[in-house]
Amino acid sequence: MTFEEIRSRAIAEWEDLERSTKPRILVGAGTCGLAAGAEAVLAAIETELAQRNIEAIITQVGCIGLCYIEPLVDIIKPRHPRISYGNVTPEIIPRLVEDYLVNGNPCPDLALGTIGDGRIEGIPSLFELPVLKPQVRIVLHRCGFIDPENINHYIANGGYSGLVRALGMKPEEIIEEVKKSGLRGRGGAGFPTGQKWDFCRRASGTEKYIICNADEGDPGAFMNRSLLEGDPHSVLEGMLIAAYAIGASEGYIYCRAEYPLALKRLAIAMGQMEEYGLLGDNILGSDFSLHLKIKEGAGAFVCGEETALMASIEGKRGMPRSRPPFPAQSGLWGKPTNINNVESWANVAAILQRGAEWYAQYGTEGCKGTKTFALVGKVERTGLIEVPLGIALREVIYDIGGGIVGGNSFKAVQTGGPSGGCLSSDFLDSPVDYESLTKAGSIMGSGGMIVLDENTCVVDIARYFLSFTQKESCGKCVPCRVGTRQMLGILERITKGEGKPEDIEQLQRLAETVKNGSLCALGGTAPNPVLTTLRYFRGEYESHINEKRCPAGVCQELIAYYILPEKCQGCQICLRNCPVDAIRGGKRMIHIVDQDKCVKCGTCLDVCPPRFSAVVKVSGEEVTVPEQPVPVESIKQE
Amino acid sequence: MVEQLAEILNPYKGERGTLIPVLQKVQESFGYLSQEAVSQVAKFLRVSESEIFGVASFYAQFRFTRPGEHSVKVCLGTACHVRGGVRILDTLQRELGIEPGGTTADYKFSLERVACFGSCALAPVAVIDDKVYGRLTTTKAKEIIDQHR
Repeated sequence: MTFEEIRSRAIAEWEDLERSTKPRILVGAGTCGLAAGAEAVLAAIETELAQRNIEAIITQVGCIGLCYIEPLVDIIKPRHPRISYGNVTPEIIPRLVEDYLVNGNPCPDLALGTIGDGRIEGIPSLFELPVLKPQVRIVLHRCGFIDPENINHYIANGGYSGLVRALGMKPEEIIEEVKKSGLRGRGGAGFPTGQKWDFCRRASGTEKYIICNADEGDPGAFMNRSLLEGDPHSVLEGMLIAAYAIGASEGYIYCRAEYPLALKRLAIAMGQMEEYGLLGDNILGSDFSLHLKIKEGAGAFVCGEETALMASIEGKRGMPRSRPPFPAQSGLWGKPTNINNVESWANVAAILQRGAEWYAQYGTEGCKGTKTFALVGKVERTGLIEVPLGIALREVIYDIGGGIVGGNSFKAVQTGGPSGGCLSSDFLDSPVDYESLTKAGSIMGSGGMIVLDENTCVVDIARYFLSFTQKESCGKCVPCRVGTRQMLGILERITKGEGKPEDIEQLQRLAETVKNGSLCALGGTAPNPVLTTLRYFRGEYESHINEKRCPAGVCQELIAYYILPEKCQGCQICLRNCPVDAIRGGKRMIHIVDQDKCVKCGTCLDVCPPRFSAVVKVSGEEVTVPEQPVPVESIKQE
Repeated sequence: MVEQLAEILNPYKGERGTLIPVLQKVQESFGYLSQEAVSQVAKFLRVSESEIFGVASFYAQFRFTRPGEHSVKVCLGTACHVRGGVRILDTLQRELGIEPGGTTADYKFSLERVACFGSCALAPVAVIDDKVYGRLTTTKAKEIIDQHR
C-alpha cells in the first residue's frame, strides 16, 4: 500500500466517525483520568447505554490537560457541537444520558464548554475559557481528540505527512528546516536541535543510533507521559524524520517503567507502524530503514542524563561519563548517537508537517515554539499546559492556573525540578524562556512548574530536593556524592531547629564545590534549589536558624497543634481520629493535645468541623490551654 | 524455578545490553531477585554475580527480598510533597507498622516511597497494586488500606 492509499483509508475512517449517526462519547483515559476515576465512569456509561438500548461510539482518548477537573467526558451528538463535561462521576452518567442523549437538554450546569463550530446556549466555548485561551497547542493538539491506539486517527489528522515530506527531501535540507524552525531541546538544556543533528550526521561511521529520552524523572512533571499516552505516533514520527536525516537505522525509546500506560501505547503504535510499512526495512518503499526498540528504565533519575541513559541501555549501571566525546561522535556502543526528548520529537513532526516558518511564528526571538508544562502544586487549576515561549509567569499562574488555592498568597514557583530553582514574586512578570529562567538562577528544565504558596516552606523544599539529588547521585564524582550529603545534613538540621548562623555561608560554599566539581548536570545543578531559596528567601532560613520558627508552619519539629479552649465544643471528633491517642478529653469537655505524644500529623486540624475551627497550628509561639480537660461550660466561649 | 527461568532467558540469547530487561522479567515473574535467580542469570549471560548485584542495586526498581501480597507505593514527588505526601506516608507507616522498603510479617503488604508517578495534578497520590489513588487524605489512606486487608 502506498502512503496515499493508507491516508485515504484513514481519512475515510475518520470522516465516517465524524459523520456518524450515532452519538460519540470520548472519555479522557490517561493515567491521570484513570486515577481520578475514569474507569468507573466508563463502566457506568456502558451500563447505562446498554440498559437504554442506545448505540454510541465510545473512545478512550488522551489527556486534554484539564487534570483539575478529571474525569472528563465529552459527548458529540450528531450535528451538534462537542460538549465537555468535567468532574464526571458514575452517579451523573444516567442524568447525562437521559437529559442530553435522550431528551436533548445539554445540562449546561455540568458542562465545561463546547469544542468546534456551533454554540449551545449557556455553555461557553471550551478554548475561550481562561484556562485554555492563552495556550497554543502544537504538540498536544491531538491529545484528547484522537484514539491514541488507532494509527488511522493520527494519519487522518496530518500524521506522518511530515515523514513523507522528509523522505522527499535531502537529509541536509531537513536539518536546515529544523534549524530554521529555531527548535531547541525540550529536555531542559535548550541546545539547538538542528545543530545537534548536524553533528551526528557529519560524524564518521555508517552505524548510528537515535534515542528518545522518555525517562521523565523530574518529580512533579508528567508532560512526556501525557504526550506518549495521548499521541504516541507524533513522537515516533519525529524519530523517523531524524533517523532519516542523520542516517541512523536503529533506535531506542528509553521510557520509565513507572509509566505502564505510555509503554503499552508505544508498543501498540509501533506494531501498527510495522503493519503500514512505517517502521522496519524500506520504510514506505524507500531505502530508508529503521528498527526501534523500547527499553524500560529501572528507576534511576540520573538516567535522564544522556551518557548515563546510554550506559543503562547497554545494561550497565547508569553512570554519566565525561564529555567530550559527545554522543554525536561516540555514543551508544561507541557509535554516533543522537538523543532527544519526547517533546522535542513531537515538535519535529509538527515542524515537518507544517513548515519551519509556521512553527517559528510562535515564541520569542531566541526561543521559538511552545513548551508544555505540568502546572501543579498550590494552583487552583492543576494540569498539563502548552504555552508559547516567552509568556509571562503571571499569565501562566493566574490566568491559566486560576491563581493560588484557597485565595492564599503566592510565594514562589519552582521550575526545572531538582535542577531548577524557586523564583519569588519578583519574577512573576518575567518571560518563560531558557535565558530568563537561567538568569534568575533556575532552569527551564523539562517542564515541571510547581507553584508554592504561603503554606509552603522554602527551606523544606530545598531540603526535599537535596534529599532527592543526594539519593539519586550515582556516586561517581566525590563533590556530588559527599557534597549533597553534607548539604542535606545542614538543611535537615535547620528544619529541625538546630541550625547555626554559620550554616548559610557553609551551604553556599558547599554549593559552589558541588556545582563546579561534578561531571554531569545532576551534580552541576543540584545546589540550585538551595542557592535560589537563599537568594530570594534568606529571611525564612534565618527564622528557622535564629528564632527556631517555621513561618510557613511546615517543618514538623518546629510546629505544634493546639486546641483552643474558647472554641472547642468537646465533640470528640479529633480525639477519635487521632492516630496516636494524643488528645485527652471527653464529651462536652475541652480537649487537650498532649504535646509529648503528638506526631504532628495534622489529622485533628483536618477533622475539626469548620464551624468550630478549634484546632490551630503554631510555630514559635505557645498557646495557653488548661492542664486537664474541663467542661466546655467552664470556659468562656467565643 | 530453573525451567521457568530458562523460559524467561532464552528469548534474549545473543542480544546485547540485555541484563536490565532480563532482571526486570525475572522480577516480574518471581516478585524479587532471589540469590538463586541471580546465580542462574549470571550463568546464562556469562557475567559475574557481583556485576549483576552491582547493576541491580543501582536501580531503585530491583528488590532482593520477597515482597508482600499488596504493594503500597506512596508518591513523594514535588507536587505530592507540597500537598502533604509525607503525612500520607507517615500514616501508612503507622497503619502497617513498617518502614518504607519493609514488608509486613504476614507478607500482606510492602511499603515503598516513590519519586513520582506523574499524576501530580491529583497530589497527593499513592499506588496500590498498580491502581492510582489520588487526592488522598490521611483518613482516605487508612480506608484504602483497610479495603485491602
